Amino acid sequence: MKFDVNEIRGLFPVLHQEVHGKPLIYFDNAATTQKPKAVLESLLNYYEHDNSNIHRGAHALADRATQYFENTRKSVRDFINARETEEIIFTKGTTESINLVAMTFGRKFIGKGDEIIISTMEHHSNIVPWQLLCEEKEAVLRVIPIHDNGELDYDAFEKLLSERTKLISIVHASNALGTINPVKKIIQAGHAVGAKVLLDGAQSTSHLEIDVQELDCDFLALSAHKLYGPTGLGVLYGKRDVLESMPPFLGGGEMIKEVTFEKTTFNDIPFKFEAGTPNIGDVIAFGAALNFVNTLGKKQIKAHEDELLAHANQQLGAIKGFDPIGTAAEKVAVISFNINGMHPFDVGQMLDARGIAVRTGHHCTQPLMKRFGIEGTVRASFSVYNTKSEIDQLAEGVARIAKIKNK
Amino acid sequence: MSIQEVQEEIIAEFEILGDDRESTIFYIMELGGQLEGFPEEEQKEENIIKGCQSKVWLIAEENNGKIHYQADSNTDITKGLISLLIRVLNDRSPEEIIQADLNFIEKIGMGNIIGSQRSNGLASMIKQMKLYALAFQTKLNA
Repeated sequence: MKFDVNEIRGLFPVLHQEVHGKPLIYFDNAATTQKPKAVLESLLNYYEHDNSNIHRGAHALADRATQYFENTRKSVRDFINARETEEIIFTKGTTESINLVAMTFGRKFIGKGDEIIISTMEHHSNIVPWQLLCEEKEAVLRVIPIHDNGELDYDAFEKLLSERTKLISIVHASNALGTINPVKKIIQAGHAVGAKVLLDGAQSTSHLEIDVQELDCDFLALSAHKLYGPTGLGVLYGKRDVLESMPPFLGGGEMIKEVTFEKTTFNDIPFKFEAGTPNIGDVIAFGAALNFVNTLGKKQIKAHEDELLAHANQQLGAIKGFDPIGTAAEKVAVISFNINGMHPFDVGQMLDARGIAVRTGHHCTQPLMKRFGIEGTVRASFSVYNTKSEIDQLAEGVARIAKIKNK
Repeated sequence: MSIQEVQEEIIAEFEILGDDRESTIFYIMELGGQLEGFPEEEQKEENIIKGCQSKVWLIAEENNGKIHYQADSNTDITKGLISLLIRVLNDRSPEEIIQADLNFIEKIGMGNIIGSQRSNGLASMIKQMKLYALAFQTKLNA
């Protein structure tokens, strides 16, 4: 499909509304993207025609629902170029995917004195599970520092590596700064010391081409709702041998082979990690979301978003009092900033008065905010349906706010 | 002026701003700038009002049976909100404060202007101011 932003906007019903009497400008895409009509129709269609519990059903509806559900698993496999469909596990989201690894892989393979490496720019969901694990196992959490521009201090990372390193869990693209980390290099360096590497792909999967075989990561976590899909759904990719070596996560239906009161044997991957009735409707609709992305192609999406980011840097950068946080050379379409030391929440509310939706605060990255000596930022994050003219309006709003404080 | 008269004054000021949301928020921020200086040493944990997303410090003292409030915040909009409350309730007797019906908040549609998070914060501020009044009332009647 040829890239036409107006045509794309036509596919997103939610964009066509007024907020406080002004046309909605949605720049909170790093928090969650809007959903194209195809995703909404898929959800409705599933509940209107196919609703049924999947796997093991002896009737037509169950068969259809199972087929559509498993089709999405294949779509995800292709989307990240996994070797096998069984390497795709459905979860509640990136947070659950990371916790799953911490509670299964972590509990089995990480012991006293072992080390886990994360970075300063991690989301709380890629900090807290490891802190809990380290506490339980008396393991050690190491943190890669960052430079003032928001780039990872790669030299410092290499110094943290040792034979004690059992896992590196790192964000692919920072939600708060937009920084794209050199993950391929990190994965290679991690493997060289025998560590496994988990990529937090929550922010990267909607912007960047992802090829888990080429990257050679051991795990990848992502969220459907940041990828034009429904909320409450995510994916954990893991290499087959690693997943097979891990104990189950939650116990219940679907994940067993045979249960007696004496002993239970577990199902094969991916079902071993999918206890209980899964989020069937949302998984099926997620297939439509991936189809939307594939139809446009990541190349066109990235080109459009890069153009928006460059335009935003230019327009906002010209405003006196504009203070960008995170100016890495390689970024996804996220721009984090403060204005004249004003509280981000105040700025957010003033932009909201113009119908502009941004996120304000610490973005679940408190250690990162502390690193910059700030309480939070205003974050505008762009997506496939945003336009340069919307960015001009953001710049106009920011300029007005900066002016009242410059008085 | 009575509490009600001050409230009516505020309502009239906001009416001039009309439906212009941005100007209304700017105005609230400007009001915050008029707060009297807050002693830095009082910016401590125990003076922070619980239930506010942003930091709001509030202290109160009693002079001749009237309560005098001082407040500060790390955000300009919150400063403006607490300055409105102080304007209505400052230097009045504990009884007046406890019984005050702060109807100006609803009349100017503050909830719609500041959103739900900040409305909860505003409610916490009022509660804390009334709690101070209650404490001083108990003390004065002792």
